[in-house]
Amino acid sequence: MKILVITEQRDGKWNKVSFETLAAAQQIVREAGGGLSAAVVGKQIDALAAELSGYQLDEVHFIQHDLLEKYTPDGYTIALRRLIEQTKPDLVLLPHTYQVRDFAPKLAASLQKGMIGDCIGHRYEGGKLTFVRQMFQGRTNADVVFLGDAPWVASFQAGAYRADLAAKRTSGNAPVSPFAVDLQPSQIRTKPLELFREAKQAVDLTQAPILVSVGRGIKAPENIALAEKLAKAIGGELCASRPICDEGWLPMDRQIGSSGQTVAPKLYLALGISGAIQHVVGMKGSRTIAAINKDQNAPIFEVADFGVVGDLFEIVPALIEELEKPH
Amino acid sequence: MKIGVCVKQVPAKDAPLTVADGGAWIREADIGFEMNEPDAYALEEALRLKEKHNGEVVAISMGPERAKQAIKEALAKGADRAIHIADAEFFKLDPLSSARSIAAAIKNENFDLILTGLQSDDQGFGQTGVLLAELLDRPHATIIMQIDVAEGRMKLKRELEAGWFQWVELPLPAVLSIQSGINKPRYATLKGIMAAKKKEIATVERASLGVPDAPTQRVERIYVPQKTKKTEFITGQPKEIAAKLVEKLRHEARVIS
Repeated sequence: MKILVITEQRDGKWNKVSFETLAAAQQIVREAGGGLSAAVVGKQIDALAAELSGYQLDEVHFIQHDLLEKYTPDGYTIALRRLIEQTKPDLVLLPHTYQVRDFAPKLAASLQKGMIGDCIGHRYEGGKLTFVRQMFQGRTNADVVFLGDAPWVASFQAGAYRADLAAKRTSGNAPVSPFAVDLQPSQIRTKPLELFREAKQAVDLTQAPILVSVGRGIKAPENIALAEKLAKAIGGELCASRPICDEGWLPMDRQIGSSGQTVAPKLYLALGISGAIQHVVGMKGSRTIAAINKDQNAPIFEVADFGVVGDLFEIVPALIEELEKPH
Repeated sequence: MKIGVCVKQVPAKDAPLTVADGGAWIREADIGFEMNEPDAYALEEALRLKEKHNGEVVAISMGPERAKQAIKEALAKGADRAIHIADAEFFKLDPLSSARSIAAAIKNENFDLILTGLQSDDQGFGQTGVLLAELLDRPHATIIMQIDVAEGRMKLKRELEAGWFQWVELPLPAVLSIQSGINKPRYATLKGIMAAKKKEIATVERASLGVPDAPTQRVERIYVPQKTKKTEFITGQPKEIAAKLVEKLRHEARVIS
């Protein structure tokens, strides 16, 4: 199987999930045989291409163009479609980043192909490659296979593979092959403007040793005070899953998950959080996870060390009382 | 402005899910369905754009007969009319076939703007908007948190990862995938619910659209994932649970003082 990994960089800095995908691709090549190349796209990316060529792969495709300096879905799709048409990989793998969500389905469709996105793993058994992805917000997994002819396009979720397992070459470097693309400004319909962050973050949740996190189960904004009281009693900071911040019950800078902050505290106490994948990727590295949820099948229990199936409005007041007892 | 907005009906959030015979989908009998939450944000954004710039909002939904419930909700909230692409087994479609079907059903509508939610809470492919843009040859942008329209162009706020955002400009017509939280979706009023009864729902059978039956992928089975971590469940009355949990966090895990 001939695999092409499309890496991601912005302003000369890697999106590190790229190396998780590289590790996944190396593993598939070890299992299924074949070859591996990787592409780096942008402008002034010589150093990145050189770094990539130190990894165990056969070739680095170096796609540099003024019009690829800033990401646009049109520019990336045109450039990468040409690369795929010319180098004819069987499988194209990408890290499932916000940028990849923005262009990879289009890239696949421009080749009349489909994409299996947001995979959490793969299996190679008896010559058959199966991708595993989550459905129903993480409540089920699904085994998915490609139909029809190559090339096939798939993306892997952040955290699905370990970047530190991406193998480097023991000696020498892989060849870096410049790949020329003909791009005209008229082909690019999006005009990318400046990047910015909202107001400086007031709390750095990544530094808090204890986090009390609230989800939909908290039901109403007036109940946030209860979680706040628990956070105070246990000596932690308050945070939340996305829906709570979408509702404006807590500010956006308190959000944990793929679109918020990624944390790994000593203790993560999840109150009424179901554990959708978008949330779990932001907290699964916590040392100890305790979860209170009324649904015993909630996916949060997949990652919890301690679980309580029950009504948080009964259990949290009891917890506060217990924590406030002298000991 | 003529705006099309894609709304999908998905199992209700608290619906108990069991795998159906055959293993590739869930048992649909006895569970409730609702409008996909990310799509509710897209619908709200469409309604607000219409209120600001005039025009028409057309709700588009593919699914079995039950999908009409989500369509009626969209009409009650203020969509002007709807297109129902009927297919009893649409859950079997891969993302590309779904998008090809929607594109075929709406190609003569010539929408100025097509909005979708970011992803569906059931299959979660998150590809429909991007694919519609490619199939209809429109520019697109995803994960949108703000839309400003002026003189045939849009200035958009895109969410990136880790707290970053980016402004991008796009010409109309275009396709946008809306990020959840961009607005606060309205509730349907009684007046809206009554008015919806007179609004048009055009039903088109998916099979009549001439979309080739050429799936690119197949879901072989769905299943509850095996646990990788051993969870210790703590049971009892609330007070007992609290005492046991605090004891464990303090003396076993040693993560609180």
